[in-house]
Amino acid sequence: MTTKQVAEGLRPLLEWPVEHVLATQTLTQAKPRTMSVEVNGTLPDGVVAKDVILSIIRHIGVGGGIVERALLAGHERTRAPGTVTLIGLGFGGWIAAEMATMAPRAFRRLVLVGAMGLKPERGEIADQALLSYIDYVRRGFADQGAFDRIFGAEPPTSQLEQWDLNREMTFRIAWKPYMYNPTLPHLLGGVATPALVVWGRDDRIVPLECGERYAKALADARLEIVEGAGHFVDMEKPDELARLVTRFASEA
Amino acid sequence: MHLMYFTEQPMSAYPAQEGLKFGATALMFSNRHFDPVAGSRLYNEYLEHYRLAEEVGFDGIMLNEHHNAPFCMQAKCNVFASILAATTKRVKLVLLGNPLPLADNPVRLAEELAMIDMVSRGRLVSGFVRGGGQEQLATGVNPAYNRERFEEAHDLIVKTWTEPGPFRWEGTHYQHRVVNPWALPLQKPHPRVWIPGVLSKETIIWAARKRYPYIALSTAIDATKKIWELYDRVAAETGYQGGPEYRGYLQRCHVAETEEKAMENARQFMWMQGEFTGLAHPVWSSPSGYFSPSMRKAFVEFAVGRRDNPRAAAFEDQLRDQQIIAGTPKTVIPKLRRLLEETRPSILGFWASDGFVSDEDSQTCIRLLGQEVLPALRDMGKELGLWSPFEASAPVSLAHPEPARPAGAVA
Repeated sequence: MTTKQVAEGLRPLLEWPVEHVLATQTLTQAKPRTMSVEVNGTLPDGVVAKDVILSIIRHIGVGGGIVERALLAGHERTRAPGTVTLIGLGFGGWIAAEMATMAPRAFRRLVLVGAMGLKPERGEIADQALLSYIDYVRRGFADQGAFDRIFGAEPPTSQLEQWDLNREMTFRIAWKPYMYNPTLPHLLGGVATPALVVWGRDDRIVPLECGERYAKALADARLEIVEGAGHFVDMEKPDELARLVTRFASEA
Repeated sequence: MHLMYFTEQPMSAYPAQEGLKFGATALMFSNRHFDPVAGSRLYNEYLEHYRLAEEVGFDGIMLNEHHNAPFCMQAKCNVFASILAATTKRVKLVLLGNPLPLADNPVRLAEELAMIDMVSRGRLVSGFVRGGGQEQLATGVNPAYNRERFEEAHDLIVKTWTEPGPFRWEGTHYQHRVVNPWALPLQKPHPRVWIPGVLSKETIIWAARKRYPYIALSTAIDATKKIWELYDRVAAETGYQGGPEYRGYLQRCHVAETEEKAMENARQFMWMQGEFTGLAHPVWSSPSGYFSPSMRKAFVEFAVGRRDNPRAAAFEDQLRDQQIIAGTPKTVIPKLRRLLEETRPSILGFWASDGFVSDEDSQTCIRLLGQEVLPALRDMGKELGLWSPFEASAPVSLAHPEPARPAGAVA
């Protein structure tokens, strides 16, 4: 079987034109395993794309979309590919990066803010399993006064219960390896989407080096560092983040 | 009655002040404070205590395991069970138990347990536990899947023991191309399974549905009664009648030649500042997803210091509630009678000494229990009809409703 035939075999499976086929030991196999994830129906209020993708990852694991090429299909309320700007923050930034690798041309623009997903080479991603709810979230702020203003100096128990639920789901998805996917760095280069990577200068949850690596690994990306912000740039410097994102999203 | 001897195997030769300074004696309390010279001495002392327990008449030796903490030196109960399988003759080896979710290969556990059962000539009782919260972190196992892993590992082990291999296992958490170990338990249909626990209703319900005896670990008498109400209700729904042969209890009970000595040594049950499993770090002892959703509020409040440890109580309260019993044989026997009358267990473990109790006092305690307390309890057991699963020839489980016997033995 020739490379051309393999490419022809793949064509109907892919939503973008085939440019390269990497076929080595498995050349005689007609096509790679492909997984189609179809999400139908209308999203109820309060349920967003991130929830859908989290739900999918719950079933297939963070590595599930890697060895199998996933074709993400949606109906009804989704817009045509290439018109959406995808923004992910923290854990959501990791999800956004994974989505972009699964569908490298599906998004018009990609914004990652303090994104998990890459293993730091020098430091570590702060581990929720070893820190109390309050200590962990406080660690995400450069200015503790900002934490106090948003959550109160002593957050109510209802807030802690919410954080505990979030934690439980985080563990279900990202327990080991903790908060990164070793395959992701190798796939980011294939993302054609123009990307903006935003990082708080004082991020003590995900080291700044991860932001630098995202900006380097993505094909078309630049890094913006927000001074005086920790991990939760959206909560500490919302106006600055909004300015960066709107400017980037409105670029031609 | 089935009367067992138990010790947590405390690593009592660590600098306690260092633990207080660090604020926890678990998970990340550095093992630079572990002294292997003292560890070697203590392991061998504990082996002597087990042998003495058999000699003075205990029916069983109860073993457990914990990780990354001085409150329990035993990091693998199957290791001590293996030693005792070869060095004891009569006692049952009651593992309470192997923490199933921590195992990445339950088939390996099934093999080890089969070996222990064969070497001991059919004396294994194989209990299973979920493992403490901090142990999920110590072993890198996802706390949010703890119960799922517990149940699936259990199912795989029982199938490995009871169905001829080879077979394939494609589970949610465990996948095995070939299950076909050449080591099978001597006891048929399989060794008895007992399930110990403290707090989780889910575990009581699970054990009752399986028809496995449940062993309440040092709960207060009123709490213990509630456990049996729940167990018996589920048993009735499941189609059998609960009763003493399904009820076990672990009693902290130190006996000495004088009241003063007994009370002084009993305070060592609090040597970990009253914590059941060492001076806990509230975040590490209750990782998200590990505990019952119904306990979420209590545990998040505990984690940030807004509530006392749901697992801890003061020494005086524990004495009042009989979670700790201490005295001479003469004074402890009536207290134990109250326990038997009110909660009617047929399996009773004696957690006899803890902390810094000396080797000599530990041995005195074991002797006094064997010579004076156990005979009195056996009489009470007969009088109250507290027949153990062995005496009652109770079924191994709902799925395998026969008593366990060594293969080749005459029924």
